[in-house]
Amino acid sequence: MTLPPFQRFLDTHRNDVWRLLVAAVGPDAADDCFQETFLSAMRAYPRLRADSNVRAWVLTIAQRKALDHHRARARRAMPVGALPDAPAPERPERDDGVWARVHELPPKQRAAVLLRFAGDLSHRDVAAALGCSEDAARRSAHEGLKKLRQELIR
Amino acid sequence: MTTDRLSPPPYDPAAAAAAAARFAATAPADVAYAVVESPVGTLVAARTPRGLARLAYEDFDGGVDAVLEELAAHLSPRILEAPARLDPVRRELQEYFEGRRTAFDVPIDWTVVAGFTRRVLRATAAIPFGEVSTYAKVAAGAGSPRGSRATGNALGSNPIPIIVPCHRVLRTGGALGGYTGGVHRKEALLRIEGVLL
Repeated sequence: MTLPPFQRFLDTHRNDVWRLLVAAVGPDAADDCFQETFLSAMRAYPRLRADSNVRAWVLTIAQRKALDHHRARARRAMPVGALPDAPAPERPERDDGVWARVHELPPKQRAAVLLRFAGDLSHRDVAAALGCSEDAARRSAHEGLKKLRQELIR
Repeated sequence: MTTDRLSPPPYDPAAAAAAAARFAATAPADVAYAVVESPVGTLVAARTPRGLARLAYEDFDGGVDAVLEELAAHLSPRILEAPARLDPVRRELQEYFEGRRTAFDVPIDWTVVAGFTRRVLRATAAIPFGEVSTYAKVAAGAGSPRGSRATGNALGSNPIPIIVPCHRVLRTGGALGGYTGGVHRKEALLRIEGVLL
């Protein structure tokens, strides 16, 4: 069985990848991460087995690109030194509801919540993406949700 | 929000489509393709970094998807729709159909055909606009004694019709012979070139 043309792969998964990235990094940074996600996917594509779970595969790549984005932003933010008097906006001014708060979660919980609920992957696929057990993936998503709920009530 | 569910975030499908189009236009694919409308029907044009690799009659080769499947299997699955990369081909075809061009300048990726077929097609590419040849002469030009039947088969598998002008090869005695896009197209092309009235 041969792989379908990459254009078809792009057409099939672009909405899922976009949705995950908008939730993970916001609409402004989503495009850069989207381009990098499909660039990496296209490089590796000929080695992909036609019977593998390609949706979980590309969402895992997207999740890693989102993580890279957050790391790079954290690095850029570091040399600022002493904090100015005005508090940095902890939350986006736009009211995006609960998803705007997801990126404040600890990394593991954030990744699990994103892959499970923005990516709509099974706990098993989330576990494979994060390199942990299915139980651990389930726990991370659960803890993340619990924390989000507390934030909303507060 | 229930205990273990969270509804997916809202997103704009138009923004996703735009991001995908940006990707296809700029990413380094092995094969770029475009759908090109022409007076002889819809064409699928595909190129590699080396040159034009395929020009398919959409209705004769199983549709766009079938053409792309074939390219994925024979060239590379890294295929993207990038119309701008086919602009030179589209422009030259338009000039040809408007009677303003008698020879094509776009580079051709000859690596997609091998052996006898390549020799036959290269001999065919040398037949000038307004002239015709025969299967027997092309066979001789390809340096093969395998005769006109093998040559007919090689021409039948021409991946780049119109631009590699297999329509200029007729039967000895002047009968039109066959054509992969249908004989009506062979006639239309020969009419454009002033060979048929």
